[in-house]
Amino acid sequence: MPGSVWRLFKVSLGAFALAASAATPGAEIGQLKSANGDVWIERSGARLPGTVGTRVRTADVVKTGADGSAGMVMVDNSLLSIGPNSVLSLDRLDYDATTQRGQFDSSLSKGSLSVVSGRIAKQSPDAMSVRTPSAILGVRGTEFVVGTDE
Amino acid sequence: MNEPAARLRRALCAVATVSLLGACAQKGTTVVLLPSQDGASTAVAVKQGQKEVVLGQPYAAVRPSTQGLEPYKSNPQEVDAKFGPALAALPSRPASFTLYFVEGKDEFSAESKSLVDAVFSEIAKRPVPDVVVIGHTDTVGGDRTNDALALQRAETVRAELIRRGVAADSIAAIGRGKRELLVPTADGVAEPRNRRVEILVR
Repeated sequence: MPGSVWRLFKVSLGAFALAASAATPGAEIGQLKSANGDVWIERSGARLPGTVGTRVRTADVVKTGADGSAGMVMVDNSLLSIGPNSVLSLDRLDYDATTQRGQFDSSLSKGSLSVVSGRIAKQSPDAMSVRTPSAILGVRGTEFVVGTDE
Repeated sequence: MNEPAARLRRALCAVATVSLLGACAQKGTTVVLLPSQDGASTAVAVKQGQKEVVLGQPYAAVRPSTQGLEPYKSNPQEVDAKFGPALAALPSRPASFTLYFVEGKDEFSAESKSLVDAVFSEIAKRPVPDVVVIGHTDTVGGDRTNDALALQRAETVRAELIRRGVAADSIAAIGRGKRELLVPTADGVAEPRNRRVEILVR
């Protein structure tokens, strides 16, 4: 039984939702699940408080202050979190729940980021990328950290 | 810093001694591949200009140097020192539960009913839970029938969770039909383990 439970867990870890709407611009693509210290979201020029439960959208920029950190779950089950003094842009996340294919591109222009990749990264090496000012990461899976001080 | 400026700085640093240009101390991007919690194989390719380094083993890493990306081996202590706050903010992994169904119907099998309680205790553990309900069928019947049945099963579970108090706007239902068999079979095979609904609590 533990074996089969584990198999079920692995099979379903990537399977996913909210996604019917994820392909349209500005659609909700994830949710803040943790927030400590100063966390805010820049959306179309407005500055919104980054509180736990806030849904994030395509083109949102998530920022933290000197004492801040924040974690989010995305529609394809990827997990992302940033440390203090960080700037993370959610440039693009398209995800089709039926085919389970999509594209997820984000940029860390400052600070630190940890990632556990989700369903999208399983499909091809180009499907998930993270940019920094000087490098591009092609994510094949699954867990890594990135820092940039450029 | 933008790419041309970074390149210029690297070029300057390459010809200067560190004592002349203390600012040359390694600004740039650091990446460390971590062990994957589920044991799945894992890799990240890091590209800078024409140079690409593929990190394929736990703690394989790159850091900035005067020559651009420098591969090295990191360790848990360094990762904790540099990335502790980010890692501490990582949300809990999604928890998965699987309910099984009576053939061709949207009724729970008897042993699945007690699992619903386990789902609820998982939901209670999370500060802002959201739930994804994914319906699956076996390979008896065509795609259209199975897609409809899969969604109907997912909706049944979703309705039941809402009835028991989970907020409706935090639960999505999806039907995957017979596209993702738990137990691979030929078409037209009745297989109870494929007639299931996965509940992901995130």
